[in-house]
Amino acid sequence: MAPRPLITGMLALLAVAAVAPTLPVWLVSLAAIAFANALVVLGLIILWRSGLVPFGQALFYAVGAYAVALMTRYTGVRDALVLIAAAAVLSCLAAFLAGFLLARYREIFFAMLSLAISMILYGVLVKTETLGSTDGFGVEPPTYLGYAPQGNMHLLMLFWLVLAFCAVSALLVSLYFHSIAGTLAVPVRDSEIRLEFLGISVSRLIHLNLVIAGTLAGIGGALAALSIEHVDPNMSYWTTSGGFVFVTVLAGAGSVAAAFVGSFVFELLKSIAYDSLPGTWQIFLGAALLLTILFLPEGIGSVFARFRRPRKRETTGARP
Amino acid sequence: MSGILVVRDLQKTFGSLVAARDINVAVPPLQIVGIIGANGAGKTTFVNMITGHLRPTKGTILFDGRDITGRPSRDITRLGIARSFQVPQVFTSLTVFENMCIATAIARASDRLLAQALTPLHSPGSVAEAEAALELFRIATYRRTLAATLPQGVRKLLDIAMAAAGAPRVLLLDEPTSGISIEEKFGLMDVVMAALKNRRITVLFVEHDMDIVERYADRVLAFCDGAVIADGPPIVTLENPRIQELISGPKLNMTASGSRHA
Repeated sequence: MAPRPLITGMLALLAVAAVAPTLPVWLVSLAAIAFANALVVLGLIILWRSGLVPFGQALFYAVGAYAVALMTRYTGVRDALVLIAAAAVLSCLAAFLAGFLLARYREIFFAMLSLAISMILYGVLVKTETLGSTDGFGVEPPTYLGYAPQGNMHLLMLFWLVLAFCAVSALLVSLYFHSIAGTLAVPVRDSEIRLEFLGISVSRLIHLNLVIAGTLAGIGGALAALSIEHVDPNMSYWTTSGGFVFVTVLAGAGSVAAAFVGSFVFELLKSIAYDSLPGTWQIFLGAALLLTILFLPEGIGSVFARFRRPRKRETTGARP
Repeated sequence: MSGILVVRDLQKTFGSLVAARDINVAVPPLQIVGIIGANGAGKTTFVNMITGHLRPTKGTILFDGRDITGRPSRDITRLGIARSFQVPQVFTSLTVFENMCIATAIARASDRLLAQALTPLHSPGSVAEAEAALELFRIATYRRTLAATLPQGVRKLLDIAMAAAGAPRVLLLDEPTSGISIEEKFGLMDVVMAALKNRRITVLFVEHDMDIVERYADRVLAFCDGAVIADGPPIVTLENPRIQELISGPKLNMTASGSRHA
């Protein structure tokens, strides 16, 4: 028995995948990057639900992106699935290691420590010639189980791949949100003492959430690297992390779908603003965030929730 | 000494302050033990050491013959010793039912985190147990209420009901009636004690109200300055004038100090 929003979301993704060939190239390209970034936001939502806001999530994003870029550059591996799997494993490992430190901190200390760790990676990338230094380097187009698409087909294949990863991640994260461990995010915010005395190790729980979020960020970074066809140290810079937090606030922690809609709206706003106000596009984005906070304090996701709630009451009322 | 809970030569010092000294207690199964003493006498320190919140400086704690001294509180909970809090520790942004369901689901699940990540919170078992617990503790009418907006008495009951999830064998209640009006205290304790008797749970409760202690305890432990200065049936212990003076001050002040805690 799958919950209704999940089915709606999956149908929406299928519809997007189906109409993609008819859409303008710029829009598909923008959506590919937006949905790749949405995976990072999905991870941030998991952390945000327990009151944690990492200002260094770009660390894992960059680990995923550089893993893909370095493999295409220094090894013969071109298969998209292999590249992304490797990125996922490496970012998972990075999050597992960083988690031993991060899981012990909360609130601003957590945010700042995560920022600090990400800036270490930034420093390393900027200073290391073999990693492309400040310029970064290009990423070769991938193949798909031996199939090497040409021309426009290349972008479409990549977009479908991004959508497939989004679908699987959204499904797994929604399942996680209904599991015991996944439901404990809010309780962590309310009373860690009660959780410990129910037999839960809160730091292990947060560690698990960090690993999930870090892995999602790594996959997002890998897909973004393939979409942009370039990596550079800015992918690990704190403003990139800040951008993800921005989208998380825009999306709200209320729903999984919000991560995707929020990320898409953000990329769209950004490119419209960049086109029309090249010098002052940040003002436009800032205004958008301000309006969201004022009128949708729980983010874009709260709009879906508002539609859903009355329907839910009907179904529970109908039950004997 | 034997019993479900046995404490030997337990000691706790914070620098030069002795919060517990040479405590020796054996609690047989199903006994209801009242713990009394003035503020700072070491009652909560005693509870904190048994439940793993504080590591004793010296001494051993045996639960069902097993040494649990200094184990983390979550392990001790899993072994079967639970506790409630003077300030109720409930999840204020969730409803009463969600609070209870989290407690029952955790108690039913394996203690492996990965298993918990794969087990749904709402299983027929966890939901049924949560419903039953809310009925048992007489708070089922509040099931859809956010815990943040509950009256204090209901919040106390929810805290105790959550602690009692998963059938612990020993439950420690830290001041179950603090913050409750005098008229409500007996009603609350009636519900709690009936529910815990129904679950066959051994109870140790910290209490300032001597009428409550007299009514519900089979045995009283009186604490003073970190030590147990009296241990016996309530009638005998509470009538001892020395105990009365040490615990509550001269008789005239008793109601005044009682109402300050209320």
